[in-house]
Amino acid sequence: MKKNKLVAKLDAIEEFERTPVPDNKLKGLKSFIGMYAGEHTAGTEFVIGPLFVAHGASAGAIVIGLFLGNLLAVMSWGFLTAPIATKKRITLYYQLEKICGYKLVSIYNLVNGLMFCFLAGSMIAVSATAVGIPFDITMPTLEDWLPTSIGWIITVLLVGVVITIVAILGYDQVSRFANLAAPWMILIFLAAAFAVMPELGIHSFSDVWDVANTKIWTGIPLEGQSKFTIWHTTFFAWFANMAMHIGMADLSIFRYARKWQYGFSSATGMYLGHYLAWMASGILYAYFLTKFGSGGEFAPGKIAYEAAGLAGAICVVIAGWTTANPTIYRAGLAFQSINPNWKRWKVTLVTGLFTSVAAFFPALVMKLLDFVALYGFVLMPMGAVIFIDFYLMEKMGLQSFYAEKANVRFNWAAGIAWFFTLFMGLIFFLFFDVEVYFLGLPGWFIASAFYILISFMIQKRKIAIA
Amino acid sequence: MRKLLILLSFIGLGLTIVPSVLVLTGDINMDQNKKLMMIGTILWFGTVVFWMNKSKKIVQ
Repeated sequence: MKKNKLVAKLDAIEEFERTPVPDNKLKGLKSFIGMYAGEHTAGTEFVIGPLFVAHGASAGAIVIGLFLGNLLAVMSWGFLTAPIATKKRITLYYQLEKICGYKLVSIYNLVNGLMFCFLAGSMIAVSATAVGIPFDITMPTLEDWLPTSIGWIITVLLVGVVITIVAILGYDQVSRFANLAAPWMILIFLAAAFAVMPELGIHSFSDVWDVANTKIWTGIPLEGQSKFTIWHTTFFAWFANMAMHIGMADLSIFRYARKWQYGFSSATGMYLGHYLAWMASGILYAYFLTKFGSGGEFAPGKIAYEAAGLAGAICVVIAGWTTANPTIYRAGLAFQSINPNWKRWKVTLVTGLFTSVAAFFPALVMKLLDFVALYGFVLMPMGAVIFIDFYLMEKMGLQSFYAEKANVRFNWAAGIAWFFTLFMGLIFFLFFDVEVYFLGLPGWFIASAFYILISFMIQKRKIAIA
Repeated sequence: MRKLLILLSFIGLGLTIVPSVLVLTGDINMDQNKKLMMIGTILWFGTVVFWMNKSKKIVQ
C-alpha cells in the first residue's frame, strides 16, 4: 500500500516536459543567481583548478585567460540561450524534437544522457575522495584510469546510491540545498586558499604575484601532462559549459525565467566558481604538491582536507553531490524523452546506477578537462541548429520547426550538420593537431552553414515536388 | 527569532572565512583555523535552513 502511494506520488510529478512553462510557474532573478552560483561552485572546481596547475598554466594565463573566457561564457548564456528559452519556454529536448524529428532527437538524447552520466560519475568520484578519508582508502593518482581498490569501488557505490535516491525523490530539495550551500561553499574555497598562503611563502600582498608565478602556476607542467597556454585557459573557460549555453541545454532552465536578461545571472557561477574557485583550488593543489610531492594521490577530498580540515572535506562531498544530482536528473530527462511513456523516476534510477558504475573509473576525474571540452563539442552542433532555426530560417524563406510541420521523423539537415561537424572535428584533431579545447568555435560555424545549406536543398526540393 | 537566526548564520559565515585571514596575518595557526571553520560550518547549516530560500524551485 505504502509502495503504491509512493509510486503514485512519483508518477504525479509535473515538470512541463512537453508543454510550455505557464506564467504562474515563472521564477525571479534570485532563483537563477542562487542556482548558477551553486551549480558552478561545485565538485568539478576541485578538479579543474588543480589540473591547470598540473598542466603548467602560468599565473598570467590563469588570471587573464579565465577572466576573458568566463566573460565570453556569460555573453553566450545572455545573448544566445536565454532569449530563445524565454520566447519558447519549452525544454531543449522538446524543441529539438520539433526541429529534428523524433528519431534524430532520440539519438541526440542518448548521446546527451551518456555524457551527463559520465560528468555526474566524475562528481560521484570526487565526493568519494572525501568520504573515503576516514576509511584510509587508497586514492587514485593522476596516472590512474582504472579502479584502484575494492574500498574505492564500495565508497563510490555508496555515494552513487545515495545521490540517485535523492535525484529520484525530486529536484526540489536538492535545488534548495544547493542555494543554502552556495555562499558557504565559495567561502570554504577562499578560506582554504588564504590559509595555505603562508605555507607557500605569501606573507604580504607584495608576495602574491611572485609566489603565484614561482610556486603555484609555474608555467611548467607535471610529468606526463601537456602544456596549457593562455589560449587553453580562455577557450576552456568559455567552452567548459558549451553544451549548456551555445549547445542550448540551459533552454530547460531559462524557460522558467521571467526575462531573457536573467541569462546574465550565469556570471555568479562563472566568476565565483570558474574564476575564484578554480584559482583557489589551484592554490590548494600547489600547497598539496609542496607538502607531498608530485608523484602521489590526486584526490580533491584529501587536498581540501589538508587545507581546511573537516569543513574542507564536507565541502568536497557537498560540492560533488550538488553537481552530480542535477546532472543525473538531466540525464534521466534526456533518456526519458526517448520514450515519454517511461516514468521519470524509473529512468533516473537506472541512470543513477549506471553513473555510479562509471564513477569507479578515476579516468573520469584525471581526464576531466578533455572530457568537459569533448562533451561541449559533441553537443554544441545541435545548439547551432536551434539558433539558426530560431533566428534565420524564416528570414531565409525556410520553415522553422521543420520536422513538426513536415511530419518527418529524421530531419537530415540537422542530422548531417551534426554528424559532419563531429567528423570535421575528428579530422582537425587527428590530422591538424587541433586540441579538443579549440574545436568548438570552428565547429559552430560548420554546423550552422551545413544546417542552412542542407535545409535549402531538402525544403526547396519538397516544395518543387509539391 | 528570524533576525537572530540570520545573525547566527552570518556569524557562521564569518567563522568560515575570517580565521583564514588571521592565519595569513600570522595571528592564529592552521589547526585553530580548521576548528573555527568547522564551527562556522555547523552554525551556518544549523541556522540557514530556517530562513533562506524557503521555496525556490527551478526544474531543468
